[in-house]
Amino acid sequence: MASNNPLDSTIEALRSQISACEAQLQALKLQLAEAEARANSTGPSLLSTQYDQDMTNGVPNAWQTDSLSVLGQTNNESNPPSQALDQSPQKWPLTNDEYKRYGRQLIMPEIGLRGQLRLRAASILIIGVGGLGCPAAAYLAGAGVGKIGLVDGDIVEVSNLHRQILHSTATLGMLKVDSAVSYLKALNPGVEYVAYRERLTPESAIETFQSYDLVLDCTDTPASRYLISDACVLLGKPLVSASALRTEGQLMVLNQPARPPGDASGGPCYRCVFPKPPPAASVVSCGEGGILGPVVGVMGVLQALEAIKLVAGRTGTESVEPNGGQESQTNPDPPSLLLFSAYGSPQFRSIRLRSRKPKCAACSTHATVTPEALASGSLDYVQFCGFIGPVDALLPSERLTAYELAADLANTDMHEATARRVGTARPVIVDVREKVQFDLCSLQGSTNVPFSEISTGGESEEWLAKLRSVSPEQPILVVCRLGNDSQVAVKKMKEAGLHGDGKRWVGDLRGGLRAWRENVDPEFPDY
Amino acid sequence: MAEDASGTDGLQVTVEFTGGLEMLFSNRRKHQITLPVRDENDAAANIAYLVRYLCQNVMRDHRKELFVLDDTVRPGILVLINDGDWELEGGEEYEIQPNDNILFVSTLHGG
Repeated sequence: MASNNPLDSTIEALRSQISACEAQLQALKLQLAEAEARANSTGPSLLSTQYDQDMTNGVPNAWQTDSLSVLGQTNNESNPPSQALDQSPQKWPLTNDEYKRYGRQLIMPEIGLRGQLRLRAASILIIGVGGLGCPAAAYLAGAGVGKIGLVDGDIVEVSNLHRQILHSTATLGMLKVDSAVSYLKALNPGVEYVAYRERLTPESAIETFQSYDLVLDCTDTPASRYLISDACVLLGKPLVSASALRTEGQLMVLNQPARPPGDASGGPCYRCVFPKPPPAASVVSCGEGGILGPVVGVMGVLQALEAIKLVAGRTGTESVEPNGGQESQTNPDPPSLLLFSAYGSPQFRSIRLRSRKPKCAACSTHATVTPEALASGSLDYVQFCGFIGPVDALLPSERLTAYELAADLANTDMHEATARRVGTARPVIVDVREKVQFDLCSLQGSTNVPFSEISTGGESEEWLAKLRSVSPEQPILVVCRLGNDSQVAVKKMKEAGLHGDGKRWVGDLRGGLRAWRENVDPEFPDY
Repeated sequence: MAEDASGTDGLQVTVEFTGGLEMLFSNRRKHQITLPVRDENDAAANIAYLVRYLCQNVMRDHRKELFVLDDTVRPGILVLINDGDWELEGGEEYEIQPNDNILFVSTLHGG
C-alpha cells in the first residue's frame, strides 16, 4: 500500500516535459544535420566530402552529368561546360537532392521521373497516427509525397510504442501528430507536413479533406470509418482503408475511381460494402482484443503502397491526378478486399468485391448523405454505430469495492459491514479474464474461469462443475480487468443456481483489477 | 439424395471463419461440412440454409446474435463464395455447389 504523495505527480509531470523537450531538440538537431548536408551537396565546391567517392574518370559525377546534359541541348552547344556549371541549378525537373534521395525508386519503370513528379505534386491525408498511420506516413514521406496531412487528437502512451513506430519513449505524453511530424521531418524535411491536432468530426471533415488528393483511413472505430468514407464520396477522393486486430488485417481501396454519387462506374464506398454498422457489442478494439505490432504494420505499409500506386500511376490503369481530377482510365483494378492472416495459410487472400450498391446511402442516386447534412452535424455517426457504456447489471449489494476486499483480505475476520452482506466465510475469488491474461498477473489465491467459457455455455460446462465443488457456504467473488465482464459472469452464475437461492453471496469486484491497482496495490501490473 | 451430383448423401463444403468469428465456432477457422442437399422445405440448399445449418449444428457458442441477426448474417460480416463477394453471386439465394468454399469474414476496426 503506497501513499499518494503529491510530489510524485509533480516529478512525473516534470519528467515527461523534459522528455518531450529532449525529443524536440533531437528532431531539431537531425533537421540541422540534414540542412547542413544539403547545403554542402548543392554547392559546386570541389571540397565536398563526397569528392572521393563521386569521382569517376577524373571528374566529379555531378560535373559529368551537368556537362553531358548541356552538350545534349542543341541551343547550348557552344557553351563550355565550365560556364554551364555556374548556371542556375534548376535545369533539371528534380533537385539534385531529390535525384539522390529517390534514386532507388526513380530507376524503376513503375515510378520513373513522371511518377516522382506526380508524387511530389500530390497531397495525402492520413487520419489516425497509430499502428496503421505511423508506417503509412513514414513510407509516404520517404517516397517524397509533396504534402502529408495528419489527423489525430490522442497523445502518445507507452502501450502504443510496440507498433506505432513514429513515436518513442521520449515523446510519451506528446500529441501523436506532433510526435509524428518531428520524426517525419527528420526522415524527410522536403515534405510539407500539416498537423490537425484533434479528432475528425463531421463538421470539420469536408474542409479538412478539400485540399488533399487521396485519403488514408487509419482509424479504429466504425463511426470514423463511415464518416471518412462519406466525406470521400462527397468530395470525390479515393480512399485507402485498412484495419487490424490480433493477428489479422484487412485492406480495401474504396471510391476508386472516385466518380460523383450516382455514377455506377465509380468504385464502391464503405457503405456499399457495409450498408449497416455492426452491433456495438461485436466491435473489439486493440485494447481489448490485442494486436501484434508487425500485423498492423503490414497493413499500414500496404496502405502506403496502394497510395503510391494510385498517385504515381501505372500504365493502363486509372490514377489520381494531383489537384483533383482523374486521368482517363483504360482498365481500373476491380474492387477487392485483401485479407491478411499472420498465422493463416495462405497468409494473404484477395477477394473480389461488389461494385457500387444501387441504393447506397452515400454514393448512389438515392444518396441521403449530403455535404449540408455532414457540415450541419445532423449525421450522428456515433449514434448510427451505437455504443456500449459500462455494464451496470448488478445491485450495490452484489458488489464489493477494492477497499472492502482489501480489508477482508488483510484481516483474519471479515470486515463487519461486509460480513453482514457477504457472510463470514472468506470468499473464493474467481478471475474471469482469459487464461493468457490470468497468467500475466492475478490476485493471490484466485482461481481462473475464463469468461469465454462462461459466455459460450458449451455442453461440457466444466466451469460450472468446478464452481459447484466449492463449499456452498463460501461466497463467490468474481473479478475481471475492468469490472464489466464480472457482472455478466455473476448473472450467469446466479442463473445456473450457484447462489443456492440466496444462501450464498455471489458478487463482483467493482471496477475490476484496475480499481484494485488504483486504490489498493499500485504494484499490481497494468497491461 | 445418394444419386445427387455430389456423389454422397450431402454437399461437401468448406466453411471458413476469420476476423474473430472463429471464436464462435470452437476456435476453428476451417470446417469441412457435409450439408444436406435440400433444405427443410425441400428446396436446393442455399446460403441462407447454410447459415441456419451452421447455427443449429456447428455453432456451440450460445451468443447466436454475434453471427445472425434478423434471420440473416449480422451486419459487419461479409460472406464470400469461392473468394468472391456473395453480392456478386446472388447473396443468400446462391445455391451451394459441391466443394464450394464459403468464407465468413467479420470486419475488423482496430488500427
